[in-house]
Amino acid sequence: MFDNFPLWPARASAGAANVDALFIFLLALSALMCVAIFAMILIFATMYRRRRGVEAEQIEGSPELEITWSIIPMGIFLAIFAWGAVIYFHERTPPRGASEVYVVAKQWMWKLEHQEGQREINELHVPVGRDVKLIMTSQDVIHSFYVPAFRIKQDVLPGRYTTAWFRATKPGVYHLFCSQYCGTMHSGMIGQVVVMEPAQYQAWLSGGGTSGSLAATGDTLFQQLGCSTCHRSDSQGRGPNLVGIFGKPVQLEDGRTLTVDENYLRTCILSPSKNIPSGFKPIMPVFQGLVTEEQINALVAYIKSLTPSPAGGQGSVSLAPKPQYPKD
Amino acid sequence: MATVAVTAERENYLNKEYGIRSWLLTTDHKRIALLYLASITFFFFIGGFFALLIRLELLTPAGDLVQADTYNKLFSMHGQVMIFFFLIPSIPAVLGNFLVPLMIGAKDLAFPRINLLSWYLYIIAGVIYLHCIVTGGVDTGWTFYTPFSTAFSNTRVIEAGISIFIAGFSSILTGLNFVVTIHRMRAPGMTWSRLPLFIWAHYATSIIQLLGTPVLAITLLLVVFERAFNLGIFDPTRGGDPLLFQHLFWFYSHPAVYIMILPAMAVESEVVACFTRKRIFGYNFVAMSSIAIAVFGFLVWAHHMFVAGISLYSALIFSILSYLVAVPSAIKVFNWTATMYKGSISFTTPMLYAFGFIGLFTMGGLTGLFLACLGIDVHVHDTYFVIAHFHYIMVGGAVMGYLGGLHFWWPKISGRMYPEGWGRLAALLVFAGFNLTFFPQFILGYMGMPRRYWQYPPEFQVLNVLSTAGSTILAVGYVLPMIYFLWSMRYGKIASDNPWGAAGLEWQTTSPPPTFNFDETPVVTWEAYNYEEIPAPAEVHVER
Repeated sequence: MFDNFPLWPARASAGAANVDALFIFLLALSALMCVAIFAMILIFATMYRRRRGVEAEQIEGSPELEITWSIIPMGIFLAIFAWGAVIYFHERTPPRGASEVYVVAKQWMWKLEHQEGQREINELHVPVGRDVKLIMTSQDVIHSFYVPAFRIKQDVLPGRYTTAWFRATKPGVYHLFCSQYCGTMHSGMIGQVVVMEPAQYQAWLSGGGTSGSLAATGDTLFQQLGCSTCHRSDSQGRGPNLVGIFGKPVQLEDGRTLTVDENYLRTCILSPSKNIPSGFKPIMPVFQGLVTEEQINALVAYIKSLTPSPAGGQGSVSLAPKPQYPKD
Repeated sequence: MATVAVTAERENYLNKEYGIRSWLLTTDHKRIALLYLASITFFFFIGGFFALLIRLELLTPAGDLVQADTYNKLFSMHGQVMIFFFLIPSIPAVLGNFLVPLMIGAKDLAFPRINLLSWYLYIIAGVIYLHCIVTGGVDTGWTFYTPFSTAFSNTRVIEAGISIFIAGFSSILTGLNFVVTIHRMRAPGMTWSRLPLFIWAHYATSIIQLLGTPVLAITLLLVVFERAFNLGIFDPTRGGDPLLFQHLFWFYSHPAVYIMILPAMAVESEVVACFTRKRIFGYNFVAMSSIAIAVFGFLVWAHHMFVAGISLYSALIFSILSYLVAVPSAIKVFNWTATMYKGSISFTTPMLYAFGFIGLFTMGGLTGLFLACLGIDVHVHDTYFVIAHFHYIMVGGAVMGYLGGLHFWWPKISGRMYPEGWGRLAALLVFAGFNLTFFPQFILGYMGMPRRYWQYPPEFQVLNVLSTAGSTILAVGYVLPMIYFLWSMRYGKIASDNPWGAAGLEWQTTSPPPTFNFDETPVVTWEAYNYEEIPAPAEVHVER
């Protein structure tokens, strides 16, 4: 029976141990507080139970005590806040050079695409020890990508990207849950994360046939949709040159300055008039409704892969497993 | 029985008039309180029935008792019925309605007819919601998250939204009535610093009702409009923002937690004072902590959204503000505990509920520290950990407070005593059943079981079975009081005017009180909780 009655979740990521440590600290603190308060109540209830001829002693209160039991908890709370904030900051900041997986959620399935081009449904294969960044969006309602063994969770919203990351540390098969209620088969929108040894993972990668990397798919689309006629890599086109723009700040016509990230690229493809880069005219056609979420992902992956070649001039498409990030 | 004749002789608010008209057209705050009592009890049992079906479905990992869609409607309607039709009106509209004028020495609330109007609004909302239930129900969760509620759900979202919109106005009007009454209708000598803490907590609650509920009303109206007229406020395919909905919704719905728990704290202060026979330790701090909760409660809403896609920095701010609001709650717990020191404590039913309240509220509050903590919340958000936490606050806290208060003031309300032995048994059953139902859910949550799951992986079954077993005990604990309260109205021992030897103006008038509460307007010359001047009743003396 106890095989089927675990009391602690599997721990399979680098961040999970940090979360568990803080959780155990909070458990101990709470247990201490409960015992202290309940013991006081029990002792008072026994010692001062009503007896004939014994009157209650009227006590007004004590500002010193009040301040003590306000300030001390306050200090403890702030410490908990700080510890939790550090973990959260770490969770919300994907390391540079993480390999990227694009996730598209829909009622009621997970569609995942590796940057190498492998596609999966309700399953995610990852190797031990690699930083994996999830770039997620939804086709319909809000979902939430939750892997208890990694202690990560991030809502997946329609119309924008949200991100999460993890580094798996232990081979095994772990639950993937949708944790944001999304309709009829919310509880059926589950899958698994398969963590493999690197060698096994390489075998798995080469096993499935793909039509090339995600960026290469994006490249093809970039030509097919006619993007390349304006977004020329020699900066002579009617649209901005996209080579090397990812991660850089961009000055807009209306004076704002934004950083080019996945959400910026996504908005520019779907509703170009929202962000017009300085020096360009709002002439780009709207692609809302004309491209699927997967195609947007491929285009974004392609634009991210455009890095200036050392010789200068022509941009090159990097097909290496890890994209090269521009330096700040 | 001869005793029946005795009560019939003295004119009071119950026997002054008879007949259905005298109830439906009454402007007496005490009668309106009883109208509310009957109506919220009805909705409590509907919501409870949904809860039992949910627990039965979760006995097995497979979805087998009801269909997935039915399950989704059950938890949605359980939440909406319990929150909007039971918890929010529970203590304010029943006990608050009955007691606020009595405690401050007033004849009635400031606006008796508006008080009746707010009950009618509640009933109109309730009838619409019942219609919604029987014609198919609603499956959006109690939270109405967009764009699911506006563009994807095929259920009766508009009807549910309108119903809760109307129920909101009932709540706003009650709050308005209390604020004006507490400001304008206090008896001579009843200064702010002499007010019972019950009044302070209700004052704080009313402020939240007045300021917060309109935001919920507008938000629900926007959902209804978006659904009916295809507006693009929340739907990203039309340029809307689904997170905007969450901000608006939680701007009300987090303070709404305090609408539910502050009145329970109000009851707690009165009961603890009475059965320790002491002035509440740190009166000023307990009173001001209610106000602090009402103010800070408005500044923490986005802690429901740490994984929703808000910015890193706003998450940091909302986390630290959430810790600030925990301090006044902690102050209250410490002060109630300190009040027991050198008291003269008796273990009556209301006091048992008060002990239970402190225990469960403490656990609910402490687990709130886990959820306000960013690093932990990411893992336990939207899991059963959250479910357990808010049931410890709302059921362990608010419902224990409500039941304790109902027992405490039952002699005043009905003029009869409830059977003490049965009362204690029910209190123990509620406490035991509650813990068995909800404690396993903390473990389930940390294990990773998401909320709102119709079917679940088999390793979660044992804890779910424990939880379901607990819920049946809890159900017995809730049905018992309903039976013996009804029984006591006819057969209970006649209550004296002040059976507990309690301080407070409500105990100085007769039980049940006359229609205008006091034969003469009382003049207050003493502080609240002047227990040193009130003799303890002999019968409670004998009991240990």
